Amino acid sequence: MGDKLRFAGPPLAVLFLLLLIWQGAVWLFELESWKLPGPVEIVREAWTIGPRLMEHTWATAQLAIIGFAAGAATGMLVAALLHLIPGARAALYPLLVLSQNIPTIVLYPLLMIWLGLGLLPKLVLIILVCFFPIAVAMLSGLSQRDPRLADYLAMIGAGKWRIFRDLELPGAVPYLFSGLKIAAAYSITGVIVAEWLGASRGIGYFIKLSYSGFLVTRVFAGVAIIVLLSLIVFGIIVAIERWFTRWQPRKEGK
Amino acid sequence: MHPALEVRGVTKSFGSGKKTLQVLGGMEVTVREGEFVSLIGPSGSGKTTLFQLIGGLEKPDSGEIRIGGRAVTGERGHIAYMPQQAALMPWRTITDNIVLALSIAGVPAEEARRQSMEWLPRIGLAGYESSYPHTLSGGMQQRVSFLRALLAPRDLMCLDEPFGALDALTRLQMQQWLLSIWEANRRSVLMVTHSIEEALLLSDRILVISASPATVIREVEVPFARPRSSDLWTDPQFNRWKQELYELLSSNSVLSVEDERSS
Repeated sequence: MGDKLRFAGPPLAVLFLLLLIWQGAVWLFELESWKLPGPVEIVREAWTIGPRLMEHTWATAQLAIIGFAAGAATGMLVAALLHLIPGARAALYPLLVLSQNIPTIVLYPLLMIWLGLGLLPKLVLIILVCFFPIAVAMLSGLSQRDPRLADYLAMIGAGKWRIFRDLELPGAVPYLFSGLKIAAAYSITGVIVAEWLGASRGIGYFIKLSYSGFLVTRVFAGVAIIVLLSLIVFGIIVAIERWFTRWQPRKEGK
Repeated sequence: MHPALEVRGVTKSFGSGKKTLQVLGGMEVTVREGEFVSLIGPSGSGKTTLFQLIGGLEKPDSGEIRIGGRAVTGERGHIAYMPQQAALMPWRTITDNIVLALSIAGVPAEEARRQSMEWLPRIGLAGYESSYPHTLSGGMQQRVSFLRALLAPRDLMCLDEPFGALDALTRLQMQQWLLSIWEANRRSVLMVTHSIEEALLLSDRILVISASPATVIREVEVPFARPRSSDLWTDPQFNRWKQELYELLSSNSVLSVEDERSS
């Protein structure tokens, strides 16, 4: 526990300092809240509209978690298939990279045209933004197997599948998690984009609504929630990662 | 009774055209049931290639390999193997590493777990059952690696310079340790080594092989009775054999002092 506090201490102190400067500047220059509200006012505003904000937050969180889970599953499956099917990686990897060059903001209206206004296009969008970092990270993990371990397993009679299951897959786990962390952040941004462009609830919708009413304080409250959500998801993934990589000698500053 | 291993006229080349390099030139190796045989020769003399052929990772250009009387040329999964580096999966505990190796050899997980629990204390690793490999010293890891090979229900154990990566003192202790374990269990073993002392201390027979293309140039029946004592090296006969093997190897310019030290 002491260790965790030491790691969390400095960034928290810096964050607190920044918030202080922000609040101080708002007071000092008497900035009006429709231009730049201070942290205190943002929290106060969020508190007064609390129940409604929670509903939107829950909608966003739900979508992000389902989308992230589906995206993670897709990413892992794609990585495993590209790794296991001979030639698939060489043939399809460039296409995967290409697919990431389509901006989500362009993609989503198309998805709505094809898939309607419901949950499906949102899920597809989140899967599309999530699976790529996961697939790339896991693919590089799968190809980093230790040749000495692979030779040993082959010598004692392990086949290709066995080597995949007991060497390549567990060896790819640390790589997989670096992909999962990036994808988690992407999934929340993806949800916000989807909600902004076509939804009737969620933080993205709430921010868009607040903008059209010039309620800048609420916009900031929405942003704060997005940041909080991302942090929570990130924390959960780090905790799961620690459990999965408990065999590794702990490195400093990780 | 069939011999544990028969390698008959095995040749192997790599590359093609002008770059063809013949690595093995008609190798003849026999390991009888319950016999400890060492292969000794220079670095790059194709010992690794021979192991890969026996393990079924490569196919010989000609010749035949039999294990326990069965023709297994090019087939995997007939040997137990101990490499130079322990090759333990870092994410598996010591017990789970043994279970993995045994389950590849067809032992049910429960049985493998029971055996490893029974054996770990016997090799001085009581209390390390659920430790991860990186918490063990190099010598301890090699003991796990050897145990894994010993427990696998296979006709032949192949040891590839099993102590080559250890420091001199640990190496000495490990040789004694292996000697006592092996003499109590008498499995059929083919070991590759660079060390003449190691070969003399442990083996029933030593095969001296030449530089590439490798062939067996001399076969030595090691005359020391078993069980062998740990101060065998003080025996004048031991030193005579050591001298003779050393001269044999140097006269074929197959082994230099450097070779004996490096791997």
